[in-house]
Amino acid sequence: MGDFIPDLSTVVALTDGTLRGATPLLLACLAGLYSERSGVFDIGLEGKILIAAFAGATVGILTGSALIAVLAAIAASTLFALIHGVACITFRGNQIVSGVAINFLALGLAAVAGNAIFSMGGRTPQLPASARLNGGDSWFTPMLEGMGRYGQAVEDIAFDQSIFVYIAFAAVPFTWWVLYRTRFGMRLRAVGENPAAVDTAGISVTGLRYRAVICAGVLCGLSGATLSMALNSGYINNMGAGRGFIALAALIFAKWRPVQAMFACLLFAFLNASESRLQGTEVLGFEIPVQLVQAMPYLLVVILLAGFIGQARAPKAGGVPYVKER
Amino acid sequence: MFSARTALGLMLGLMIGMSGPAMAEPGIVYSVGGKFDASFNEGAWRGAEQWAMETGESYGEFEIDGIAQSEQALRSFARRGYDPVVAIGFLHADALAKVAAEFPQTRFAIVDMVVEAPNVMSIVFREHEGSYITGVMAAMASESGVIGFVGGMDIPLIRRFECGYRQGAASQDADIEVIATMTGASPAAWSDPVRGAEITRGQISEGADVIMQAAGGTGIGVLQAAADAGILGIGTDSNQNGLHPGQVLTSMLKRVDVAVQEAFDEKTWSAGVVSLGVAEGGLSIAMDDNNAALVSPAMKAAADEAARSIAAGEIVVHDTYVDGDCPF
Repeated sequence: MGDFIPDLSTVVALTDGTLRGATPLLLACLAGLYSERSGVFDIGLEGKILIAAFAGATVGILTGSALIAVLAAIAASTLFALIHGVACITFRGNQIVSGVAINFLALGLAAVAGNAIFSMGGRTPQLPASARLNGGDSWFTPMLEGMGRYGQAVEDIAFDQSIFVYIAFAAVPFTWWVLYRTRFGMRLRAVGENPAAVDTAGISVTGLRYRAVICAGVLCGLSGATLSMALNSGYINNMGAGRGFIALAALIFAKWRPVQAMFACLLFAFLNASESRLQGTEVLGFEIPVQLVQAMPYLLVVILLAGFIGQARAPKAGGVPYVKER
Repeated sequence: MFSARTALGLMLGLMIGMSGPAMAEPGIVYSVGGKFDASFNEGAWRGAEQWAMETGESYGEFEIDGIAQSEQALRSFARRGYDPVVAIGFLHADALAKVAAEFPQTRFAIVDMVVEAPNVMSIVFREHEGSYITGVMAAMASESGVIGFVGGMDIPLIRRFECGYRQGAASQDADIEVIATMTGASPAAWSDPVRGAEITRGQISEGADVIMQAAGGTGIGVLQAAADAGILGIGTDSNQNGLHPGQVLTSMLKRVDVAVQEAFDEKTWSAGVVSLGVAEGGLSIAMDDNNAALVSPAMKAAADEAARSIAAGEIVVHDTYVDGDCPF
C-alpha cells in the first residue's frame, strides 16, 4: 500500500495532468453551453471535435504552421456547426438527429479525406515540430528554476502548458461575463428560455441562435486542435474517444453554468489523470480494478446528480425549433 | 419524402451491389483500431498485401467499428463465398464461433484467439516470450530503475504480455520497478491515443524512463508522449522504430503478417491451433537504423541470448494462461 500523503512531485504531476486533460473537455463543454443556452441542443460536439482535430493535423502537416492549422481547425468545426445551424434553425429539423448526423459525417469524412491525402487509412503522419503547440519554456523559466523545487513546481503547473490550456481557462470567466453581464448574453439566455418574448422585443431569434452555434463551432475547433496538436501529434481515427459526450455530461452536471462546468471538467480530468496511480493500488487488501477507475466519472455523475446537486433543468426552449407566430 | 418504399429500394439496390467474388478468394476482417493502426491490424494488412502480390490474386477486406459489427461482417463474407475468412483479433471470437457453425463448408481462421471448431484455424502467439526480450532490453536501458508498460484493453492476453515483460526485466535487475497501466476495459481502449499519452506522462512523473506499449492505436500516443519527454518507448506488433527515430528503443515484432499468409494459403491452412513463438520466428525484436544507436552491443547480446534460450527451452517464460497469476 502506498503512502497516503503525496509528495510534491506527485502533486505537480497530478495537477499538471488534470489541467491538461480538462482543456479539451472544458472547451467542448463551453461550446455546448453557448449552443444549448440559446435553445439549440448539440450532441454533435464529438463530431466537431473530430473534424477539427483532423483539419488541424492535416493543415499543420501540409503547411508546417501552427497558426494556420489552428485556424483551419476552427474553420472546419465552425462549418460543421453551421450545418447543424442550417438544419436546426433555418429548416427546424430535429436537433438530436442533426447532431447524430454531424458525428457520423465527421468520423467518416475525416477517415476518407485522410486516406485520400496521406494513404494511411485515415491516420495522419506526425506534425512537424513547428506545427505543434504542446507548450514549452517561457522567458522567465530560468528565474523560476532558480527558485528551487517550489519555483520549478509553479513553472510546471502554471507556465509550461500548451496555449490551449490558457485559452480554455480564460474562456470560463469570459463566458461568465458574456452570459451574465452583456446584452448579447442576456438575450442568449432569454432565447433559450422564451424565444417568443425575445422575438416580441424585436430581436431576431434566428440571428441569435446562429451566433450561439458559431461560438460553439469556434470552441469545438479549439478543443479538437488541442487533441491533435498539443496532447498528441497528428490525427488517429476516432481519437475524440467520446470526449464530446463527456463534455455534455459535464454540462448537465454544471446545470449549464460556466464556472461549475469548469469544476465538472476538472473533476473528470482529475479522475483520468490519477488513473495510472490508482490502477493496481491496493486498498484494504483489494486491488482497484481498471473497470472501477474507468466507471468513476459516470458513477460520480449519477451519485452527485441524484443525491447532492438536485434536478438539472435544461433551458426551457432547448430542442424546440422556433416558429414565428403569424 | 423519404418513405418506407424509398428505404426498401435503397436497401435492395445496395444488396445487389454486394454480389460475391467469382472464385473463392480469401476475406479478412480487421479488428477495432483500423487497418492502419501502425501496429497489429497493419501487420495483418501487410501479410494480406504480400500474399496478393505473390499470388497475383485479390482478397476482400472489412474494418469493423465495434464488436457489434463482427458477426455481421463475418457472416456476410461467408455468405458471399469468401474462403477462407480470416478474423483478426480476439474480439471476433464469439461471433466467429457462431458463424463457423453456420457455414461448415467455409474455412475460417482467427488470429490471437482460439476458437474450437472443425473448420477454424486458430493462430495464437506466445507474446510473453517476445515481451520477455523487450523487458530485458528495457531494464538494461533504464537509468532510473523504473520502467513502464501501457496496455490497451484489460484482457488476459495483455496481462500475459505484461508478465513476460516483468519477468524479462527482473532477470536483469531484481530490484527493478515496473509500472503497468491498462488503458481501459472496453474496445475503445485500443484507439485513444490521448489517454495513452496521459497515462504515459503519469508513468514518467513516477520515474519511468523506458515505457513499452501494447495498446494498438492508443500506443501511438504512448510513443509520442515518451518522445516528447525525451525518454524511450518500445513499440509492439509492427516495427515502430521509425515513428520517432532515436526515441524508440525497439519494437517487439509479432508476425501477424506471417499468420495471415499462412491462413490465406491453401497449403498451409489447417484446422486447429497453431502457436507461434520465438522458436517459430513468430516473434522477434526490430533492429534497424532508427534504433541502432540506442541498443548497445551488450544489450543486443543479452537480447539475442534471451531469444536463443527461450527458443531452446532453457528459459521458460511464465504463461499466465497456464501457470496462474504473474509472480513478478
